[in-house]
Amino acid sequence: MAELPPTHGPASRAAALATAYISHRHGSPGHGWVLRDVRRARREDIDGIGHKYHLEFVLEDIFEKDSTVNCTAEVLYHLGNEKSAPDVQFTIEGELENTDEAHNAFYNRIQSLKKELEAENIPDSYGNVPPEMQPIRALAWAASGYVIWQNSTENTKYQLAQIKHVKQVKRTDEYLEFDYVILLHENVSQEIIPWQMTVLWHPQHGIEVTQNSCQPKHALD
Amino acid sequence: MMYLLFFTLFIWIQEKHAFILPRDEVLWALPKTDKQAEDLQSFLNTTEVILWQPVVVENIQKDQEVHFYVSASNTNRIKAGLRQLTISHKVLMRDVQGLIEKQTLNDTANPRSSSSYYENYHSMTEIYHWMEEIVRVHSDLLEKIYIGSSYEKRPLYVLKLSKRQGNPKSAIWIDCGIHAREWISPAFCLWFIGHAIHLRERDQIMTTLLEHFDFYVMPVMNVDGYEYTWSKPSNRLWRKSRSSHSNSGCIGTDMNRNFDAHWCGHFPLSFHLSPVRRDQPCSRCKHLSGRGASPNECYETYCGPYPESEPEVKAVARFIRDHKDIIKAYITMHSYSQLVLFPYSYTTDKSKDHDELESLAKKAANAIRRTTKKIYTPGPGARTIYLAPGGSDDWAYDLGIKYSFTIELRDTGTYGFLLPSAQIRPTCIEALSAVREIARHVLQNL
Ligand SMILES: [Zn+2]
Repeated sequence: MAELPPTHGPASRAAALATAYISHRHGSPGHGWVLRDVRRARREDIDGIGHKYHLEFVLEDIFEKDSTVNCTAEVLYHLGNEKSAPDVQFTIEGELENTDEAHNAFYNRIQSLKKELEAENIPDSYGNVPPEMQPIRALAWAASGYVIWQNSTENTKYQLAQIKHVKQVKRTDEYLEFDYVILLHENVSQEIIPWQMTVLWHPQHGIEVTQNSCQPKHALD
Repeated sequence: MMYLLFFTLFIWIQEKHAFILPRDEVLWALPKTDKQAEDLQSFLNTTEVILWQPVVVENIQKDQEVHFYVSASNTNRIKAGLRQLTISHKVLMRDVQGLIEKQTLNDTANPRSSSSYYENYHSMTEIYHWMEEIVRVHSDLLEKIYIGSSYEKRPLYVLKLSKRQGNPKSAIWIDCGIHAREWISPAFCLWFIGHAIHLRERDQIMTTLLEHFDFYVMPVMNVDGYEYTWSKPSNRLWRKSRSSHSNSGCIGTDMNRNFDAHWCGHFPLSFHLSPVRRDQPCSRCKHLSGRGASPNECYETYCGPYPESEPEVKAVARFIRDHKDIIKAYITMHSYSQLVLFPYSYTTDKSKDHDELESLAKKAANAIRRTTKKIYTPGPGARTIYLAPGGSDDWAYDLGIKYSFTIELRDTGTYGFLLPSAQIRPTCIEALSAVREIARHVLQNL
């Protein structure tokens, strides 16, 4: 196992992927996680299987800058098979804050809307996010974590750049459904990639991306 | 007076959410002939607009910009009228209500000393006005140097900040806005000038630095791209220049891959011959992975058809080459990811000054940590991010400017390119502490 400089490209890309994965698994309308600092990184080259990164890093909450958690993760990129998503296993030190109350409030607010919610450009050009759109953004943050995990390779680093458009879809069951078009920023190629995703959420059952697909760039014009 | 009033306004454009009504706007028009000037006079006399510049309708002349305020209910009618008169025009500011509300808070006698001006993002048009105004008011310290024009023929200016004590001094170069969407970068250059002008007496280090150095500050290098990101929300994340070099339908060159420093790396010829069209399916994202520069004009890291193909890059390179004996440090501001980078980016090999540059980058990052507690990561470009040939910092370094740095400002991805304006101030304060640290080291090693 080789020790890697934690600040160098390969370690920070693997840590960004682990962060996306954790955001997906633990994200919600009340929380989102962003990578603050990579403390330690090691790489194991497993013959015929792939590269496995052993990482120690710190995440911060996108809403509360002072709220941080220490994590460890193992990320395995499969050799020669960019089609299959990397394997990620992680542990979080301590307990994550309970936000059931905020979740229920958000759920009830959306359920009580007379007309389906619809919005665009979150954040706007100047970085503004209207307070009532914060949970919508956090939900997209968590859902994009799934898309990022599914599409990452050892040479990519994705981040949610902006929600281009979001529209609530009326359902007959208890779930909330949102149809998003998001923009992902890929740090190595510097591309901005539009992505469509359909997201289900329920305070008790969590988040699920039921469908997602990359969109051609001119779809935005 | 009306003209001054115009300068007191901050630009705080509220973007259109689905549920927000149309806003009042300030329009810009430019009559190109005497006939058009006359037409515009009578048109504005018969419509409900408030003239901002010039002060009265009678003073409208050909080739002189006209700015006027239009209420939301009239904007479409006024624009249609201007179109009919074939007078070129555009929107200078949106959501003026917000601006008007804040306007009265300002010190109208010396509007640009208002620190809140520097805590907002400004359009290209406004930045041009700002340069004109600040150089006029502070002619003892500032000089505006025209170094060329952009692909779309906008002027390119460098501000020379100098205490003018006879002998030519050593200089430090700072440029901002190489990449259009990184709005925090031009905001830093404006802030830096504002700080130097208004606060230098209170900042002992700045005072000392100005005794020994001139600063060449280029507030926006990619003027066309920056203007484009302001034109509508869907253009906000544009990165490249706005030049066109082929008929592929793809526009723009990555200016930070267009410098003559191992330009565009090595690619097989076939790569050049098979342009990817912009309607190519998304799978192309994966094919791109690991490439820091591309010879394909449809990609965000397109290096251009040849080194310095971009007039903006050529103008900057020429200016720096002409002043290379006095320029002792090259600093270029980007965003986002909170890094202090130094050469090389085009190779993972260490430069001959690696150890000194690394220790200085660490000192700069520590200065930031002391200032705002933010973590900036120091490191050589290629290892810290990825291999990227054709960058300005590598070019400046190979030219002989040893102290060459790229600073990637806030944040680490929470807002990315869309950094809220509330973070302009802390970001600029921490970046200034890094610049001071670098300048101080250069001073000790002159
Ligand atoms: Zn940049």
